[in-house]
Amino acid sequence: MDGMIERRGFLKAAAAGGGMLVAFALGGAPRGARAWAEKPVATDEVDSFLAIDGEGRVTVYSGKVDLGTGVRTGLAQIAAEELDVPLARVAVVEGDTALTPDQGPTYGSLSIQNGGVQLRQAAATARQALLREAAQRLGVPAEGLRIEEGVVIAPDGRRASYGELVGGKAFRLKLDANAPIKPPEARRIVGRAVPRLDIPDKVFGTFRYVHDFRLPGMLHGRPVRPPALGATALAVDEASVRGIPGVVRVVHQGAFVGVVAETEWAAIRAAGELRVRWSDWAGLPEQARLWEHVRATPVAQRQVTSERGDPAAAIAAAPRKLSATYDFPIHTHGSMGPSCAVAEFRDGRLTVWSASQATHNLRKQLALMLGMPVEQVRCIYMEGSGCYGRNGHEDAAADAALLARAVGRPVRVQWMRADEHGWDPKGPPTLVDLRAGLDAEGRVVGWESEAFIPKGAGGNVDLAAAELAGLPRESQINPGNIIHNLATPYAFPAVRTVCHRLETTPFRPSWIRTPGRMQNTYANEAFLDELAAAAGADPIEYRLRYLPADDRRGREVLERVARLAGWQTRPSPQRERGGEVLRGRGVSYCKYELTRTYVAAVAEVEVNRRTGEIRVTRFLCTHDCGQIINPDGVKAQVEGNVIHTLSRTLKEELTFDRRAVTSLDWASYPVIGFPEVPEIVVELIDRPNERPWGAGEPTAAVVPSAVSNAVFDATGVRLRSVPFTPAKFRAAAAERGA
Amino acid sequence: MSQTVAMIVNGRPVSVTADDPQMPLLYALRNDLGLTGPHYGCGLAQCGACTVHVEGEAVRSCSLPLAAAAGKRITTLEGLGTPERPHPVQAAFIAEQAVQCGYCTNGMIMEAAAFLAKNPRPTEAQVRQALAGNICRCGTHPRVVAAVLRAATRG
Repeated sequence: MDGMIERRGFLKAAAAGGGMLVAFALGGAPRGARAWAEKPVATDEVDSFLAIDGEGRVTVYSGKVDLGTGVRTGLAQIAAEELDVPLARVAVVEGDTALTPDQGPTYGSLSIQNGGVQLRQAAATARQALLREAAQRLGVPAEGLRIEEGVVIAPDGRRASYGELVGGKAFRLKLDANAPIKPPEARRIVGRAVPRLDIPDKVFGTFRYVHDFRLPGMLHGRPVRPPALGATALAVDEASVRGIPGVVRVVHQGAFVGVVAETEWAAIRAAGELRVRWSDWAGLPEQARLWEHVRATPVAQRQVTSERGDPAAAIAAAPRKLSATYDFPIHTHGSMGPSCAVAEFRDGRLTVWSASQATHNLRKQLALMLGMPVEQVRCIYMEGSGCYGRNGHEDAAADAALLARAVGRPVRVQWMRADEHGWDPKGPPTLVDLRAGLDAEGRVVGWESEAFIPKGAGGNVDLAAAELAGLPRESQINPGNIIHNLATPYAFPAVRTVCHRLETTPFRPSWIRTPGRMQNTYANEAFLDELAAAAGADPIEYRLRYLPADDRRGREVLERVARLAGWQTRPSPQRERGGEVLRGRGVSYCKYELTRTYVAAVAEVEVNRRTGEIRVTRFLCTHDCGQIINPDGVKAQVEGNVIHTLSRTLKEELTFDRRAVTSLDWASYPVIGFPEVPEIVVELIDRPNERPWGAGEPTAAVVPSAVSNAVFDATGVRLRSVPFTPAKFRAAAAERGA
Repeated sequence: MSQTVAMIVNGRPVSVTADDPQMPLLYALRNDLGLTGPHYGCGLAQCGACTVHVEGEAVRSCSLPLAAAAGKRITTLEGLGTPERPHPVQAAFIAEQAVQCGYCTNGMIMEAAAFLAKNPRPTEAQVRQALAGNICRCGTHPRVVAAVLRAATRG
């Protein structure tokens, strides 16, 4: 068939990377190296995304990976829909640098929006090719053919299955941007709440996480991190662990120290008992003076993210001027499962199994660190514990690679809880100053904001092991694209929003769910609430006043959340002042990055004004991410965003002394628990004719401000410093004289 | 000194030899017996990811020395039910799609199953309290509560 040729090894590669990964590993066949480049991975070729075997089974190759969000199911739905095959016939191979296209890291709520759309186009292109081939074989025009469950059927009933048409061969086609996508009325799999493919295995204990991966002859490693971030190991006493049965090696290079043992428990014991003489270091700022430190940090760059008119002059001339500062603390990802990886050197090549959200990038970083050609490194994604951003998985991979190289055998590294809390890269501290002027009628005449945030973008986060061992690395800081959403979606007459990009930040930064968009939206939406209160206006009405009239989807989420919550139109705060517990409601709105997913939320709270305890009783949300692939999957993401971000808003804050992190477990870094989780009401707005946008992050953006606004509505006390702990509330209330 | 510990795991007699009998049960289950349902989460009995049943009680296997499990009947997630014969809590977790990354799911199911065995008709508040010591970071809480209540109704 035209464009489809035999490709030896194509299916072998598929098998090695997919559902048979475990069998391949347990069987111990050294196939990793040979499978290195057995199939195309360029993002403009159909074969990079899809293969169909002789039985008509479809393998999807995705550079975007499932981080526990369920996106694997969504991707399978997209492929099954466009190819007209049953969902059960689709398998997904994710994040294998030898098998899957580099579609960029799995971050920024782009897996469906970008990755899914690319896959959809590949599947649509493949469908066209299959129809062409069938038309030729059956001797009928392609227009008269129909497809049912992977079988092309002619008007006279003759059939040709995908397996017969293409089984085991490559398509050898470029992605065709004009290949037609199924119209909404023809869709049968996409848009439905298909149950997630991974849940049964996770519920019966048969799912294989990276933590469960084993290789023959594999050893267990543990890093031994310094007690101070910048300390180096002056002397390592190997004799101190010689008495532990099973200890194989102590590895020491600069500040990188690790132990390798025959059993996991021996490695854990050795890491705990190893005596190391560390140098002194105390270079962290004093936590109590963190914000002074942030303000005093040299600025690398000033970025104006929106500018209109002359807000400074407008504010200066305004009869009412308001200003406020909002701060958001340093957070850890706090993954349930500490980071884990397995590394194996074989025939001069390195294979790493990792839950990295960016295996293609990790591969380059490992090659740089180890001085190896990129082609000799392969990274294979295996699902780990939810990461919510760039946590420690890549660092564990680097630890495992250094230890495996030192001992010449495969090494599995799993961090301990204190390693994860202490050494994952952190969500950086964020400080936003805001100023605005109101005219006599309470209208906004000028809006200015300045954010103090570290420089960098969504590039790579340096590997901790490379830094500790003094090995080559990119030597950059990258906290994510945290400038987004400092510019507001509102049509104020004069605006200037500026990011002061700082040279440094106390901890190695990275992105945690909704980086920047959440902190900036928090500041904007809470400060806007302050303006609405000053103007004596209802907070939703005030927002609608400034939302452009032609932004109909934005207005709709706000109007619908008002209905969903039974919102009473009135200014904040509410007037009821009797009793110890006061009730209030707060709204927030976000148009993600001002270009995509719309979210509006109402938080309902109870505040005990004596103790300062804040209880969120109900959280309501309207969400428009365009076309919905799997409504239950989107709903689960919205719920997860709300709960995760409530935890961050009400409870989470990294603590540290001058040397290192001190919040090293769940007792010292408390998070939300079952008794505190509110009722969550989600209304999804499906737009089957629109393009699909992301849903993994946008809802988080509205959570802290909705809570701040609700607390203000209940009590008249404005919270501007996350986390909103009882002590913070009591302090803010005392300051206000309430 | 190494020690051999005999137990009944998921209904089958097994024995595990460890150099250090103080090794937590979790490592024997995962590495010696290949039962990876229970997960290492914190090693401090704070999060619940490692929960197993010891004589029917929910126990954090990260903090129970192997020696203390000698002669005991241990049930892990793999032994609680199977796709063919799921435990009501497992069936309910699937029905409610009460999983995201699933790393905490073992603990949620094992804790809930032990709880329902003692309190088969709990209120929602009791379910929340029963799971107060189990951490989830993905935010599956409402679905987990719904699943446990569903299992209680149908179990």
